[in-house]
Amino acid sequence: MTRDNESWIGSLRDSGAGREEALSDLRGILLHGLRRPFCNRAGVDESFLEDVAQQSLLRILEKLSEFEGRSQFVTWATSIAIRVAMTDLRHRRWRDVSLDAIGSVTAEQAVDPDGDPAQNAQRQSVVDAMYRVIETGLTARQRTALLAEVKGMAQCEIARQLGITQNALYKLTHDARKRLKRGLEAAGYEAGDVQALFEM
Amino acid sequence: MALSRQEMKSLLRLIDVTHEYEINCEECLAKVNEFAECHVQGKVVSEGLQTVEQHLALCGECREEYQLLLETLTELDDTSNHS
Repeated sequence: MTRDNESWIGSLRDSGAGREEALSDLRGILLHGLRRPFCNRAGVDESFLEDVAQQSLLRILEKLSEFEGRSQFVTWATSIAIRVAMTDLRHRRWRDVSLDAIGSVTAEQAVDPDGDPAQNAQRQSVVDAMYRVIETGLTARQRTALLAEVKGMAQCEIARQLGITQNALYKLTHDARKRLKRGLEAAGYEAGDVQALFEM
Repeated sequence: MALSRQEMKSLLRLIDVTHEYEINCEECLAKVNEFAECHVQGKVVSEGLQTVEQHLALCGECREEYQLLLETLTELDDTSNHS
């Protein structure tokens, strides 16, 4: 059965057989859609996908009133299912890694052994300026959160260990990045200069 | 602890693309479905979705999920075309 947005919302808000049929259809669509993109990932088997589909259906029903109809309902539902799946996988990967290992950072050499000496000196200057701002311009929490993210730690796990929500974590690291940006600009390094120096 | 050269470049790139106002991951999730459909349909991204584009440039996790969404939409589209 092909449904449009209105039909999905109507059926899922309904009670009884109509709702059950819609949930079953949606579950099937989510399972089918997620199978190939996720099939080669470590820790993913049919049981995992079934769990994801089930958790996603609950999340979708909770958030139903937030669907604004700006996309197809299935697209919206699928994006939620992907978030559920990836959060689970990331949590599994990072749950035993402690933030305690993230502390202060030391300035590494930024030079390229085969590079131009003048350019190497400039690069080192930028890096040294960045490390100064990291050490003196950020709070300990900002430093830990930002560096953990740069090192690839999952945001859900950083937030959990800091005892904050992921939204609060984003604000923490966003504020940290803005301070770093202002700090580099105050040291005389504009965005364009840094990009060119590091060929980003 | 030291950042590797690659991590240092990643941090500098993040700082470079930092904006005064940014949406967070939850706000991105609310709009990424519309953004993905624009991409798939080859439409121009509206001003209202530019914040999604900015966020995806910054957030590796949301960027990864966006790629998965595009793959999934292609998979679902292929199925409906062949059914």
